[in-house]
Formats: sequence, C-alpha cells, structure tokens
Amino acid sequence: MKEEAGVDQPQTLPSGPSAFIPIEEILDEGAAQEVMSEALLSEGRVDHINTMMGLHPTYQTCFQRTHNALLQLDGPLPLSWRHFIIILASARHQCSYLVQHHSSAFLLAGGDESWLRGLHCAPPKIQRLQTLNKLLAHRPWIITQEHIQELVCPGAEARWSLAELIQAIVLMSHAHSLASFVWGCGVLPEPEQSGDESLQMCSPTESCCARDKARNQQEWSEAVNEVKLLMEKMMIVQQQGEEFTQEEMVTRFERERTESLLEPADVQRSVLPDCFSRFVVDADFTYQDFSPRGVQAPPTMRAQDYSWEDHGFSLMNRLYGEMAQLLDEKFQVVCALTYNTMAMHSHVDTSTLRKAIWNYIHCIYGIRYDDYNYGEVNQLLERSLKVYVKTVACHPEKTTPRMYFSFWRQFRHSEKVHVNLLLMEARLQAALLYALRAITRYMT
Amino acid sequence: MEKMTRVSSTISGCTMFCHLDAPANAISVCRDATQVVVAGRNIFKIYGLEEDAFVERLNLRVGRKPSLNFSCADVMWHQMEENLLATAATNGAVVTWNLARPCRNKQEQLFTEHKRTVNKVCFHPTEVNMLLSGSQDGFMKCFDLRKKESVSTFSGQSESVRDVQFSIKDYFTFAASFENGNVQLWDIRRPDRYERMFTAHTGPVFCCDWHPDDRGWLATGGRDKMVKVWDMSTNRVKEIYCVQTIASVARVKWRPERRYHLATCSMMVDHNIYVWDVRRPFIPFATFEEHRDVTTGIVWRHQHDPYFLLSGSKDSTLYQHMFKDASRPVDRANPEGLCFGLLGDLAFAAKESLMSAPQSVGDVGRKTYPGGDRRYPIFFFKKPDVTEQFAQVSSALSVFESEAGSGVGMDWFINTAQSYLLSGKPFVELCEHNAQVAKRLNRPQESTTWTMLRIMFSEPANPSLSSNHNLNKSGNLPLVNSFSMKEMSAALNERNKENRQDNLHSLETNLNNNDENEETEGSEGQAEYLFGDAELDDDDLYSMEHENQAAEEPEYLLPQEAFPLRHEIMDHPSAPEPVQEKPESPHVSGSEAESTCLTPMESFSLISVSQLLFSPHLPPKFFCPIVKEMLCYYAEQGDVQMAVSVLIVLGDRIRKEIDELTQEHWYMSYIDLLQRFELWNVSNEVIKLSTCGPIMCLNQASTTLHINCSNCKRPMSNRGWICDRCHQCASVCAVCHHVVKGLFVWCQGCSHGGHLEHMMEWLKQSRHCPAGCGHLCEYT
Repeated sequence: MKEEAGVDQPQTLPSGPSAFIPIEEILDEGAAQEVMSEALLSEGRVDHINTMMGLHPTYQTCFQRTHNALLQLDGPLPLSWRHFIIILASARHQCSYLVQHHSSAFLLAGGDESWLRGLHCAPPKIQRLQTLNKLLAHRPWIITQEHIQELVCPGAEARWSLAELIQAIVLMSHAHSLASFVWGCGVLPEPEQSGDESLQMCSPTESCCARDKARNQQEWSEAVNEVKLLMEKMMIVQQQGEEFTQEEMVTRFERERTESLLEPADVQRSVLPDCFSRFVVDADFTYQDFSPRGVQAPPTMRAQDYSWEDHGFSLMNRLYGEMAQLLDEKFQVVCALTYNTMAMHSHVDTSTLRKAIWNYIHCIYGIRYDDYNYGEVNQLLERSLKVYVKTVACHPEKTTPRMYFSFWRQFRHSEKVHVNLLLMEARLQAALLYALRAITRYMT
Repeated sequence: MEKMTRVSSTISGCTMFCHLDAPANAISVCRDATQVVVAGRNIFKIYGLEEDAFVERLNLRVGRKPSLNFSCADVMWHQMEENLLATAATNGAVVTWNLARPCRNKQEQLFTEHKRTVNKVCFHPTEVNMLLSGSQDGFMKCFDLRKKESVSTFSGQSESVRDVQFSIKDYFTFAASFENGNVQLWDIRRPDRYERMFTAHTGPVFCCDWHPDDRGWLATGGRDKMVKVWDMSTNRVKEIYCVQTIASVARVKWRPERRYHLATCSMMVDHNIYVWDVRRPFIPFATFEEHRDVTTGIVWRHQHDPYFLLSGSKDSTLYQHMFKDASRPVDRANPEGLCFGLLGDLAFAAKESLMSAPQSVGDVGRKTYPGGDRRYPIFFFKKPDVTEQFAQVSSALSVFESEAGSGVGMDWFINTAQSYLLSGKPFVELCEHNAQVAKRLNRPQESTTWTMLRIMFSEPANPSLSSNHNLNKSGNLPLVNSFSMKEMSAALNERNKENRQDNLHSLETNLNNNDENEETEGSEGQAEYLFGDAELDDDDLYSMEHENQAAEEPEYLLPQEAFPLRHEIMDHPSAPEPVQEKPESPHVSGSEAESTCLTPMESFSLISVSQLLFSPHLPPKFFCPIVKEMLCYYAEQGDVQMAVSVLIVLGDRIRKEIDELTQEHWYMSYIDLLQRFELWNVSNEVIKLSTCGPIMCLNQASTTLHINCSNCKRPMSNRGWICDRCHQCASVCAVCHHVVKGLFVWCQGCSHGGHLEHMMEWLKQSRHCPAGCGHLCEYT
C-alpha cells in the first residue's frame, strides 16, 4: 500500500507541492507516510496542503478531522453553503488555491453554478456575511456585538441563527488562516487547477534551487552561529527572573504590536484579479498596523479576561459542541507539538521559542497576556522572522519567497512549516476569540 | 464555635447591592462577616456590610499608575488574622496586604516566583503564616509569610493549576484542580509527589471546595458543566453525587450548616447563582437571578450562617443575597406530566393532593387510575427525608386507555398512509385513487375533499371544453354539449332538487355506516360545512362519474350504497362543469341569478363558490385560499396526514400559498407520526416528495453505512474500500482489478463483482464469472 502511496504522490510533477520547498525534501522528511496514505485513500489523492502538513503527522490528523467535520459532517449550514463561505473567505486573501479547490467542491456539493459568478449572485443571506468576513480576515478586534446583532436579530430579512452563524464564523476564520498557510508555505496549485492566468501569481518569482546552490560556505557557518546564539538566548530567557515595572511591560507589548515590519510593497497590486474581486467587497480594507500609543489605539484584549480555554470553549461548546472539542484538541496539539530539535541540534526545549511566536501573533492581533514578558519576543525572534510572521499572518498575499528564505536560514523546512502551523492556529484562535467575545456580549 | 454561632445570629440585613467601578473577578469576606473585599482587573476595594447598604471602606488600588500587581485574578481574606489579605495577580505575582499598615499603600509582601498568571491563592485555615498559590505555569507554591520566598514548590506536571484549597479538617492536606481534568491531593510536607490523583472531569476543573464538616468530601466543578462531589475518605476516590448544570461551572461553595447544599455560578452565558441540594440534582434548590453578567465570585457571608450569600460579577455589581428572597424553581416547577401513547392511550401524573382530594389523603403509596385499568406498576417511592428541605411531592399516575377498536384507534391512519398515492401518476388519478382509499376506509369527508381538489385543480388548467371531456372520461359529454346554457341551468335547478333528496338519502345511509361520523359532525362547524349540501352534491356528482367509468369498465366496480343508477341524473354531474369551464358564458347574469336561487338553502361559503363558478376565467389560483383554509383545518383537527398528503399531491399548485414554516411543521409532525408507527417507507417517501428544504435535508444527513471487510470480516472504520487492519482493498472489480468506489454490483452466487459497466460488458461475452471461479453468474 505504501509503495502505491508513493507512486501516486505528485512527485513526478515538475512543480511539486510547494514553491519554497523542494519535493525531495518533503519526501525525505515525510515520516508521514502513514498519514499520507490515509489521506490518499480518503480523497483518492494527497493534495498539496496535506502533503505539506504531512511533515507533522500528529497535527495533520487533527487538522484533517476538524476540516472534515467542518465541511462534511452534520451542521446547521448546507454543504454547498459551507464551501461557498470558504470561497468568500479565501478570496479576501486572494488565495486562488482555496478558491479553486472549493469552487469545484461547491459544485460537487450541488451548489448553484450561478453563485460562482460573484457574491452578488448569492442569496442575500450569504451576502450579509460580507462585513463579518472582512473584519475577521483583517481586523477582528473591531467586531462588536452590533455586528452579531445585525445578523442574528430577529425580524431582519434572511436572519442567521446563532448556530449557523457560529459555523460560518469558524468556516471563515478557518479559511483565513488556511490561506495564511497556503501563502506562507508557498503551496502551489494542484495540477488540475491550471489554466487560470491568475494562478501564475502564486508561483515563485525566484527559483529556490538557485538559492540552494548559492549558499556558500561562509553563509553556512554564519547561519550555524545564528542558531547557537538563538539557543543561548533561549537559555537566558528561561532562567532569568528579572522584574519589570508595569510601565516597561506595556511599552514592550506596544512596541511589538506597533512595530512596522512590512517592506514597502514594490508593486502596488491595486486591481484585484477578477477571480477574487467578484467575491470581495471593499477590497481596500486590510490589516492595519496599530498606531503608536496615544493615537486612539483600539483597546487590547486581555487574554486573562477572555481566553479560549475558559470562555471561548464554553461558548462554542454550547453553540457548536463537536467543533469546540475538535478545535480545543487542535489548539492543544499545535501548542504541544515539538520534536525537541532545532536545526542541527536535538534535545532542545523549544517551548519558549514556540510561546514567543504564538504570543507575537496574538500581540499583532491585539491580544495581550499579562503574564508574558514581551521582551522575550524581541530577543528570540529575529527581524526577518518577524517580518515573515507578520506578513503571513496579516497580509499573506504579500508573502514572497525572499521572506521565506531569509529567516532561519539553517533550519529545516519542516521547522518552517511548523512555524506556519503555529501561525495558522494562533491566527485562527485570535479571530475566534474576538468573534466569540462579540457573541458573548450579544447574548448577555 | 459557640461564640461564632452567636455572632452569626446577630447578622442581619437584606438583599442589597452596590455598583462597583469595574468588573469583579473575586470576592472574599473577613471572618467576622462585616467587611468584604472585591478584586478585579481594575478594582481592589473593601466594602463594609451595613444593615441595608454596602459602604466603601478602603481603596487598596493606590498610586498614579497602578501596576499589574493590582490586576487580581483572585483574592482571599485571612480567616485568622483580620488585617491580612492575599491576592493573585494576572501577571504571576502573589501579593499580601496588611490593612494595619499606617500608610496608604497596604502592600506587604510580593512574591514573583510564578511565571504565569496565578489563578488562586489560599490561606491555611488555621496556620497564620501559611499561604498557598496555584498558577497557570503548573506549579503550586507554599509561602511562609515570615520569609521572602516560597518554602516549597509542588509541580502538577506542567498542567495549569486552576484551584487550590486547603482541607479544613486535615491540617496537612490540600487539593488542587487542573486544566486537564485531574484533581490532585497533596501533603504540604511532601513537595515531591502528590498523595493521590484522579480524573474528575473532562476538560478543565475550574474549582473545588472542601466540605466544611464532612472530612472527606470535595466538590469540584468543571468546564463539562458538572458539579461532582467526591468522597476521599475511602481507599478509592468515589463520586457520590453529580449535578448537571447548564454551563461551565466557575465556582462552587458549600453552604454552611446545610450538609447537602452547595452554591455554584457559571463561567459563561448563564448569570444566575444556583444553590443545589446534591441529592436532588435535577432542579436547583434556590436561584439568585439578580446579576446581569456572569457571576465571578460567590462567598457565604459567614461560615456558620446559611442565609447570606455575597456575589460579585462582571456587570460591576456586588450583591448580598438573602436566602429568603431567592427564587425557588421547585415552586414553579410543574409536577404534572402528560403523555400520549401511540395508540391513543394517555398517561397523566399529577400531584397526589390534586388527584385524590376527594379520597383519603394520608395514604402516600396509593395510586389512582380513574377510568383506566390498573395494570401499570407503581414506580419509585422516595422515603421522605426530614433533613431535606425539598417540598415532598408525591404524584399519582393515571393511565387512560383507549378502548380497543374504538374510534380513536389509529388503524385508519396506518391504512391510509400505506394506500395513499402521492406521486407517480397524473394529478387526477392520484386524487381519484386517494378519494377511493378514503372512501374504502369509511372516511367520506376526506374522500370528498380529494374529489373536490380534483375538480378544482385539474380542469381549470385547460379551459377548453374538449380537453375537459377527455379528463372526465364521461360517455355522455356530447349530450352535455347539446344542452344550451339556459336549458342546462334550468334543468340543473330542477333536477338538482330532486337529486339532492336522493343525495341526502344516501348521505344518511352513509352516516349510519360511519362510526365516527357523529363525533366528526358534532365537533366543528366547519365539518358541517363540508358535509353540507353543496359539497355533497359534488361528492355524489363525482361518485357518479365513477359509476360512469364503472359502466365502461365492468371490472372496476365502486361500492355504492343506496343510490341506484339513473340515467337522467348522470347528465347532471357534468353539467356544472361545462358552465364552470366555459370561457365566456353569454348567460352570466342569468346563471348567477339561477345560482342564487339554487343556493338559498346552502351555506354561505357555497354561495361564494357557486357564484364564482360562473365567472369567465377561473384560474386554479382562485381556489387556493379555500384549499389553504381546508388544509389548516385538517391540520388543526389533528389530521396532519391529510394536510401533508394534499400538500404533496397538489405540489406547486398550493405550495406558495402556505408559508414555509407551517409546511415544515406539518411535514415534521406527519413524519414523526409515521416513524412512530414504524412506517419507514412511507415516511421516507414523504421526505423525498417534500419541497421544504429542511425536510429534504433529513434524508441527506446522518446516514452511515457500516460495512465489514471482505477479507478479515472486521468492520471497516473510515473508508469504504480499504481495510485498516489487513490493508486490503475490500471491493476490487473482478474485471479491471481496480478498487470500486462507486456502484459495486456482485453476483449473489459467488459474490464476485465489480464496476457495473464492466460487469455488463463482460456478461455480454461470457456467462462465467469474471473472477474465474467457474460460477455461472446471474445478474438480473
């Protein structure tokens, strides 16, 4: 069976699953043969997302279960609607991979072909999700109970029930974060998805192979030193018990939050290709850096006041029980995922590093942990990593291969995929927390 | 103890509240129950408890820019030392406060040993200087307040600690609850290892509380919405009580002086505080419903006074609840129960006091079965327990059985369900068929309705007379055609009367045959309308048409009682139809006049009908309001079967007239009934034919096919075509040797098979099995 799995994997294709990662590497590192054959058997093939996630089989199983439950199992929304919502959500991040994939899934599920002509052809009920979709994708902290009320309020035309809404919210945030993963890992379109001119956009502009060859000896040793340095920092962070004033802590949080990391976009992608624009309203609405302190910054969300474990789960459990369990499990798996390795070193406790990445993403989404010293983020995450993380989390469509290659140069690709998993889940949780908080407020 | 009890008796007060400046996270009272401390992210204040109001005594949140050390997740007032408080800060600090300090800043000591948020602090109940903390980082630390650092650290193995509580009776023991659902018991002297551990909940255990009197009892509350009471005194930890609440349990506190009572509040969604009697887990003993947002802290005001409960909430209020003001859900609960059996039996349970009032009251065990038989056993009897404060409710159960074979019997329902045709034939034939089914089952009203529907909806679609003939299949249409309008109307008028008498006669015989009829007729005004003359006319009109058919097709005989065939009358039935159909009647006015003279003895509704019978264009739409009314009537009567059947048969003709929700409701009721009678096929057909989205979905969800692997015979868990255990493809096509993922067709003789099209091709050429087993396969 395994040989068969190997044969059927798209390794023979010239492009492979990712623009960033050579296919040989994925297959070499793929301890995931078991999981892959699983996916192969259920879907008839392993799609590129699964191939990439297959580098982390524990997570992949968990992800796949949630994904299937979300799109296939019983739920308040009809199957075709679910795919359509995914299309809407991924179009916001210009993720043609997901748009195409779910367009065909939408038709398979018996969806009305005319909807694919654009959002205006879909029923008004779906159109009304647009605002929430926009906010969830780019600035979830703006979501208030009024947004929820607008959709749920009885008497309104085409009203959403809370159960439907919660599923739609999970679907949207799931798609947004999945789009981050697709862009972040440079996932290439499936072979059968070719033919659309817009697809060319996501193929790499630089060849990764060229980069590999150019990596000369000197660079390599530099990189090795970077790893050593990082590990030392982690040790220090783990041991230090220094005390800071409140003032200092807030400053540090704000510094991380407002730090402007985006490279000036060289090409202004002003016009959205038609395949996205028909699903997107108000395309100019994107993630906005929190302005420096004082200039009317939206209030931060304190993790202690509204956390997934306590509040988010409880609410979700009430409205959409199975999903709450699955998401909870997924968050736990991704937070615990570690192989105790770093680049060429093994037996390393990477918890501080993982924590720093997770909290950094929550930080740029305005969620603050009272008990976390944001100085650690600054110490552990090098600038190129921050640039990558922030881009993938907030403007995934602007990810470039250069960003991917410039951070953690000596780390394995699977470790970079691991970063992407953390990123994706942290982003999902952040968006969900804001949405659930709004629902909580609506209900009280 | 004596002294304290006396103190408690001096406590007095009323239900009262005060506004706080910010949401509270936790509250705690001092030992003498005169002051309460409220702590939250932005508040840290002490309030005095006066007779009828809270009075702010002290604001501990001082300084221009209060540090995060003031952002409290938990607070506790020392129960021995009245000036000592401890708080747990969200940034991981444990702070102690001494109210006796002369300056404004009362902060005494600061321990910053925890890396993450501290969820809980707890003073030792008897030891003055011992403080315990539990944190998100998975550690519990024990502090000696005379030292600058913790004296011992207990590791919960990296799982976050949600609550720590010193045992009240055992000096050295404390309990800790964890995010992964475990509860651990520790000995304060042994920091290396817990004494015992058990899994209490699925998901985090948010809180735990030792029973104030019972040494081994620990109550825990978790995210899984349960409150459990554990007995620790035995070798194996035993769950002795379990209360299921409606939301995650955030806090649990035993009620003083009441052995089985505890108070809970929830983490999310539900704002009320409940006091439970753990022996009565289904309904709260008392409820406090004052808060408008989730309650975050509850505490009994005095440790020996069960009547005062204090609570703080996210809605920024602090309440003192008086027990006497609590609402008692039990009082509002309905101890009555009523249930219909499938076949019309009715079981009814009610308070015995109500049921047996005229009979002897003191007899607790007696049951009454007025009107029914006494086959049903008595269920449970709970011994009244004097310590229980629950109102003792003893209920009497009555079962009313319907008489076997009485009118309430549901045979007709089953028969009808099975014999009705809902699709597969032209509309007219469906109606005819259903009318006959109803007739056969002695349900003339339904039969009439079907016939009426046929008339209303079949012909108007084709206004020309000739098409009408075809539909009528009546042999004497040329005759009708030869009638002039006037002639016809006159004849109609005259003969109708004659006819009606006959009809009435036949009706009476019908009625006599009908068991239910009296009931039906008497029950509703509208029923009378339906049995009214006009309807009857139509009914017989059409039954006569059937006779026509019968005449043409001799083997098709309709049982027709007390109504001899007469040829002259046979023209009549079809007479009104041409009139009705005639696109432009030259005699409209005259006909109307005649029709009015025809109708004086008929009901009002008929007048309107008959008037409109003559209107030039009669769109089927015209009948929709009437049909809608009729459907609603049937549904109201409880005959949802009729409503749904008509709905399906009429399909688009009526669907838009009735709002979706009503339709869905009818469908659901009918499907439910069908399923209770185990008429799965019919119910499935109904689901299939329904046009309501939500109903059609019923068949598309939750369908699971369980299959076993053909090789190892074990169930195949996730895929249809590959076995997890033996890693064999279970269904391989015998022709192309590929896995079959769609239709798999196989020979029942040798059980070989494959893709449908491959098998068909193969069998064109050969009769033998493609697998080569030598079997001569047969496919039909």
